[in-house]
Amino acid sequence: MVPISYYLVLSGLLFACGVCGFLIKRNIITIFMSIELMLNGVNLSFVAFAAHWHQLAGQVFVFFVMVVAAAEAAVGLAIIIAVYRTRETLNVDQVNLLKL
Amino acid sequence: MLSIHLILFLAFGAVAAAGAINLLVQRHPINAALSLIAVMAALAGEYMLLGAEFVAAVQVIVYAGAIMVLFVFVIMLLNAGVEEQTKGSRVAILFGIPGMLLGSLLIAWVVLKHSGTGDVAVGALPGAPNVIGQLLFHEFLLPFEVTSILILIAIMGAVVLASKPPVPGGTPAKKVQD
Amino acid sequence: MNPDLKLWLIPILPLAGAAVNGFFGRKSSRQAVTIVGLFFSGAAFAWALGVAFRFSSLELPYQEYLAHWIRSGNFSVDFAFYLDQLSLVMLLVVTGVGFLIHIYSVGYMWDDPGYYRFFSYLNLFMFFMLTLVLANNYLLMFIGWEGVGLASYLLIGFWFTKDSAASAGKKAFIVNRIGDFGFLIGLFLLIQHFGSLTFTQVFDQIKPMSPETAGAGLLTAIGILLLVGACGKSAQIPLYVWLPDAMEGPTPVSALIHAATMVTAGVYMVSRSHVIFERAPIALTVVAVIGTLTAFFAATIGIAQTDIKKVLAYSTVSQLGYMFMACGVGAFSAGIFHLMTHAFFKGLLFLAAGSVIHAVGGEQDMRRMGGLRTKLPWTFWTMTAATLAIAGIPGLAGFFSKDEILWRAYQASWAYWLVGVVTAFITSFYMFRLWFMTFFGEYRGEAAGHGAPAHDAHAGHGHGGHGHGGVHESPKVMVIPLAILAVLSVIGGYVGVPGSLGGNNHFDHFLGPVFRSTLPAENSQTQVGEKGATEQTTEGTEPKESASKELMFTGISVAAAFLGLALAWLLYYRSPDLPHRIVQRIAGLYEVVCHKYYVDEIYASLIVKPLVNGSTSILWQGVDRKVIDDTVNNAADGARHVSDEVRHMQSGNLRSYAGWVAAGSAVLIAYMIWWGVER
Repeated sequence: MVPISYYLVLSGLLFACGVCGFLIKRNIITIFMSIELMLNGVNLSFVAFAAHWHQLAGQVFVFFVMVVAAAEAAVGLAIIIAVYRTRETLNVDQVNLLKL
Repeated sequence: MLSIHLILFLAFGAVAAAGAINLLVQRHPINAALSLIAVMAALAGEYMLLGAEFVAAVQVIVYAGAIMVLFVFVIMLLNAGVEEQTKGSRVAILFGIPGMLLGSLLIAWVVLKHSGTGDVAVGALPGAPNVIGQLLFHEFLLPFEVTSILILIAIMGAVVLASKPPVPGGTPAKKVQD
Repeated sequence: MNPDLKLWLIPILPLAGAAVNGFFGRKSSRQAVTIVGLFFSGAAFAWALGVAFRFSSLELPYQEYLAHWIRSGNFSVDFAFYLDQLSLVMLLVVTGVGFLIHIYSVGYMWDDPGYYRFFSYLNLFMFFMLTLVLANNYLLMFIGWEGVGLASYLLIGFWFTKDSAASAGKKAFIVNRIGDFGFLIGLFLLIQHFGSLTFTQVFDQIKPMSPETAGAGLLTAIGILLLVGACGKSAQIPLYVWLPDAMEGPTPVSALIHAATMVTAGVYMVSRSHVIFERAPIALTVVAVIGTLTAFFAATIGIAQTDIKKVLAYSTVSQLGYMFMACGVGAFSAGIFHLMTHAFFKGLLFLAAGSVIHAVGGEQDMRRMGGLRTKLPWTFWTMTAATLAIAGIPGLAGFFSKDEILWRAYQASWAYWLVGVVTAFITSFYMFRLWFMTFFGEYRGEAAGHGAPAHDAHAGHGHGGHGHGGVHESPKVMVIPLAILAVLSVIGGYVGVPGSLGGNNHFDHFLGPVFRSTLPAENSQTQVGEKGATEQTTEGTEPKESASKELMFTGISVAAAFLGLALAWLLYYRSPDLPHRIVQRIAGLYEVVCHKYYVDEIYASLIVKPLVNGSTSILWQGVDRKVIDDTVNNAADGARHVSDEVRHMQSGNLRSYAGWVAAGSAVLIAYMIWWGVER
């Protein structure tokens, strides 16, 4: 019998790693992977709560999260490819045309 | 108390945590991708423990099997190498990481100490496909349809964004033919 | 019930003329401008004559309500006009002499490029002056007061391209303003204590009050403040310094504004407020003292002046001092009488001086004139009449009015009388000095041929019109007003022949009802008040003795006048080198007098310089630059600095954005946790 809180802690840990990765990493693709990590952490907490409250809706949410993650990954990678074509770099620090 | 449930949870959890931390540590993106795959696989195991077998299956097939493959393909396509050491953002290091750490520690503390969550048995809530299907196509029909449109748009967007811009003077292939 | 006299036409007609000439005059021909200017001022004069003819059938005081102006609680002021004997006298003087000067200006200013502007300003002045005279409340009078100051500024600086003229205009306006400040405070006191500014309402409230013999009180304060205003406008000590400088303006301006009308506004105002002054003996004494001192002081300066217009300017200041002296001893109608005769002969003097200046091609220095009597016969004879009048030679206007003043002054205090007689002597002396230097002897100037040295004051006055073949008489359009004024100078005094000389003093009787003393306790003592209608009885009670005394004093002042004439004849006709030797003997004193006792310099160093320095260093550098400008600049700088710092948030760096998001969400999470846990 594992208390749900353990699952939640694990989920939080994964999410925290995702955020850290987002902040630390310089490669765009790695940053994207950190986002996927975050989403995974969230998925875990969804399923854990579904089990806790005995509602299957939580697992259905996971589907939608996955769908969105997939769509976002596809489009995001397409953007990365497009950026790579013009910028010749995958370093996010050099993609800073939004600078004032 | 040490039950098989707990041992399995800890095992999968350790793998997931290790993969996550490895993601942070690795300098080459392909290593990061591979450790992410490991995380997803471990998470699939966790889902099984929670009784969400269909979700676990979908996780492996879609997430680990499709999305991560996409990532690996892109890494290969762009020939991403070891990432350079450029100067980061001070704000991110100074504010972001401590803030995030603080946030997650707080959450963990609250969850562990204050939440009145009980235990969950293995497979307490069966997540059989038919049950999920019932839910998906009855209560959640609208979001289902909307997400399908979302995927359609994403496909179109990805194709448009990633396609090569038109070269003036026709494609080289055409020229060769003439 | 009174008929509707349409008094408002009298000021409005010149205003219309000013507007027409002002807006359309530039493109119009000289003839059109002339017709407009003369028509409107002439129409005002004609209407005033009409009013005068119907005057005897009026029930007085006649008030005409035009429009309401201020209604604020209990305080109300209207555009309304007031007519009584005093107003009628002023009205006729202003419109009559004004109209004559308009005619004269046609000839004098004919060659000036600003011809239309001159007539526009002149008509504007008439409008304001008539408003001043006809107003039924102090506030409307104040509008006229300020307006004539404005018109004076415009006309003094008429040749504004000349620095000295522009400065003179500024000086006049500023010094006037100082007086107006006192006037305004007086008005505020009136409002505060009597709740109104309308003459009838204020005076009705004051009439029951008894004189403040015990010391200075409210009425004394009001009186002195009004006097300050009058000093500014009528050029008394200490605010007279603008009048000599005002001679920069064209000579008709000097005649109209600075001899006949504007400068008399102060005397009119004091006379109108006689109810206040009669109850404030201290204020009256101040009026008399200032008037006497000014009369003497200005006369002494006039002796040493060499510019013909400056002599007349100081003479004006001196004669105004006589009028104030008269008011100060309670002889208000005598003061007004002298005002009227002064308008005639001083106006004439200025116009004739203008004719002389015009004739000799712009020269104003008397040392370069002389022997002009054969060349300018009309000017000579009219100026002679005026000079005799001002000197107080018996038979002419000035004699009667000046004598009236001196006699009443003696009744108040022998000191006033003595200074007055000495001043009369000096007046006679410098006027005849002017007369001799200008018209007798050898011609010392250079305008015999062409190319007269264009004297500065005359720079704008071209002579292109007539073929200038030397000194010549002025055209008829200038001579006719001179002649009319000369006639008035001679016969104008006969309305006021005093009882001692066998006359009936019509003027005094006419103004009697206006100045009739309304003091509460006046039966027993002979107060310092005008006993208008009872003049005869006063004279009747001690007829013989007072009459012979009056004759004696008259004789003394006549003797003084002739003494002045004789001295001038000696120094400037018989032995022309004598003045030079005298001056050498008293060189120091002469220097001081010649430099007008250095009053202008004293004012400059005591008042003007500290003000300018203070304004520059404190107000400009300190307040304006440091406080105001710097506040604005620093606010802008501060905004810029802040935005400079905040700008760094938008670095375009993805990771810093993410960092901010993470930090912000951490704060939110912490707060939510805290909130949840608290519950």
